[in-house]
Amino acid sequence: MTLRIAVCVKYVPDATGDRGFADDLTVDRDEVDGLLSELDEYAVEQALRISEEADEAEVTVVTVGPDDAKDALRKALSMGADKAVHVNDESIHGSDVMGTSAILAKALEKTGFDLVVCGMASTDGTMGVLPALLAERLNLPQVTLLSEVSVEDGLVKGRRDGDAATELLEAPLPAVVSVTDQSGEARYPSFKGIMAAKKKPVEELELDDLEIDEDEVGLTGSWTLVESAAARPARTQGTIVTNEDGDGGKQLAAFLAAQKFI
Amino acid sequence: MGSKDFDLYRTAEEHEMLRESVRALAEAKIAPFAAAVDEEGRFPQEALDALVANDLHAVHVPESYGGAGADALATVIVIEEVARVCGSSSLIPAVNKLGSLPVILSGSEELKAKYLAPLAAGEAMFSYALSEPDAGSDAAGMKTRAVRDGDFWVLNGVKRWITNAGVSEYYTVMAVTDPEKRSKGISAFVVEKSDEGVSFGAPEKKLGIKGSPTREVYFDNVRIPADRMIGAEGTGFATAMKTLDHTRITIAAQALGIAQGALDYAKGYVKERKQFGKPIADFQGVQFMLADMAMKLEAARQLTYAAAAKSERVDGDLTFFGAAAKCFASDVAMEVTIDAVQLLGGYGYTRDYPVERMMRDAKITQIYEGTNQVQRIVMARNLP
Repeated sequence: MTLRIAVCVKYVPDATGDRGFADDLTVDRDEVDGLLSELDEYAVEQALRISEEADEAEVTVVTVGPDDAKDALRKALSMGADKAVHVNDESIHGSDVMGTSAILAKALEKTGFDLVVCGMASTDGTMGVLPALLAERLNLPQVTLLSEVSVEDGLVKGRRDGDAATELLEAPLPAVVSVTDQSGEARYPSFKGIMAAKKKPVEELELDDLEIDEDEVGLTGSWTLVESAAARPARTQGTIVTNEDGDGGKQLAAFLAAQKFI
Repeated sequence: MGSKDFDLYRTAEEHEMLRESVRALAEAKIAPFAAAVDEEGRFPQEALDALVANDLHAVHVPESYGGAGADALATVIVIEEVARVCGSSSLIPAVNKLGSLPVILSGSEELKAKYLAPLAAGEAMFSYALSEPDAGSDAAGMKTRAVRDGDFWVLNGVKRWITNAGVSEYYTVMAVTDPEKRSKGISAFVVEKSDEGVSFGAPEKKLGIKGSPTREVYFDNVRIPADRMIGAEGTGFATAMKTLDHTRITIAAQALGIAQGALDYAKGYVKERKQFGKPIADFQGVQFMLADMAMKLEAARQLTYAAAAKSERVDGDLTFFGAAAKCFASDVAMEVTIDAVQLLGGYGYTRDYPVERMMRDAKITQIYEGTNQVQRIVMARNLP
């Protein structure tokens, strides 16, 4: 039996670029290069490692995004994923995490899977709730924020490192998991992988293919709305405490107390 | 106008994906050690490990022998991106190609299978042994002798300036098999580090590329099986020259990478460094220097990539283009790295900043695989 692993990935604006907003307060994608979210690279990596351990497995990467999002899929395919699904529809523009999770859930159902692997959050929106939303929509167990994950005998097992405790978790397949940036370094695409990716299938889907009404998604279907956005003000010079009269310690303590650090 | 699909004079999408991948790897796994490798004059083991782990140490090896099967342009991009952060480390993919290309071009099927597979697997590196103490530009004047003894050849002599000597497991060695015939009396052999009678001199104390060991290789009655001869007897010099037609382009790639590293560093520095109340990037004198650096570098890159495409196709004018790319790119690398040091001023002259290392590393690209004077002889004899 082939273990079918689906990885949800996001195409995000390059954080080292000059990110900004368009007139409708969505991310201005024309002004900045995009790439596969770094946190999703960990998800792809874990999916590939699980597939390498399995007798037979197939890794499908799934994204919801504009035309350029195919670059993120291509990167995941060049890392070693077998095929890709790209949900691309103009009506999706402006969707919040509720809309995106609804689309992804339908796309995953259509594609078929035994295990869904997500990153811990996107590097642009940084919501981190998508895996939980997906599990709810698919009515499946969720095992999130894993730093170690494996599949054995129809179970997905993993370790979650919390601040106070380390939990060992498991769930029967099918299930949704998310992995953290501590789960293991993502591989770099090799030359062979890059060349092979050119020939791997990318399925293009629109909302109609998923039987989703356009009013449920996009800016109109979103539960949240960005009302305004402003650039963060430039950092101002910090406070320098000099120990001139021997009361530097007191001054420093007073400053920290005023900032509620102590 | 405005057609985004016009595919002339640009690299393919997969080549740019390869660049992105190698750049990320080089910045994360190779760059952090570049200063220490130079300072301590030690082999960049971290770079070798990272390159092997990602199948980038010898990308040129054909897939049929277990390699990545990268074309000449892809190989150039790998070398360029490694050189951008560490010149010494870029000699791993570059010299693996130089050392093994004679086998790929002229070797028997058995020889290819035996020596290319371990190279592709990252188990062995390959060096190239042509130069001697008294035979540099005049390589055909070599004195290393190979004398037939039944099913063996017995080698005696000294090779000098052998890159990665001692680290590499395999060596392509050119030796005189018939002293009467000068260049047509030279044959090429694969010699293994473990062959009895092979030894190495002390590492040379060099100006740059200090992380890549350069040593003499001594052959003292080294008996090697006759089937280790690469191609027919007397074809070694021709193979050696044919090899250089292709691999000079990898030196051009190394030069491009070193220069790009220096330009990128200087570009960042001039925006941060403030004098007279503003970043020095605001001064036109500084801007003109950067413009010249980028212009020369881009011209060198275009020539190198065109030469790489010719190498892949083995075009009739490859010899001219290979020499031209190597000569031009290395001269540009020297100019650009010197200017980068100038832009950083006193800081650039210290080892606290990487550009003086890049300047020292750039110098060798004007010298090895044929001095730029020899390149001009080659070009003049092969004018397009």
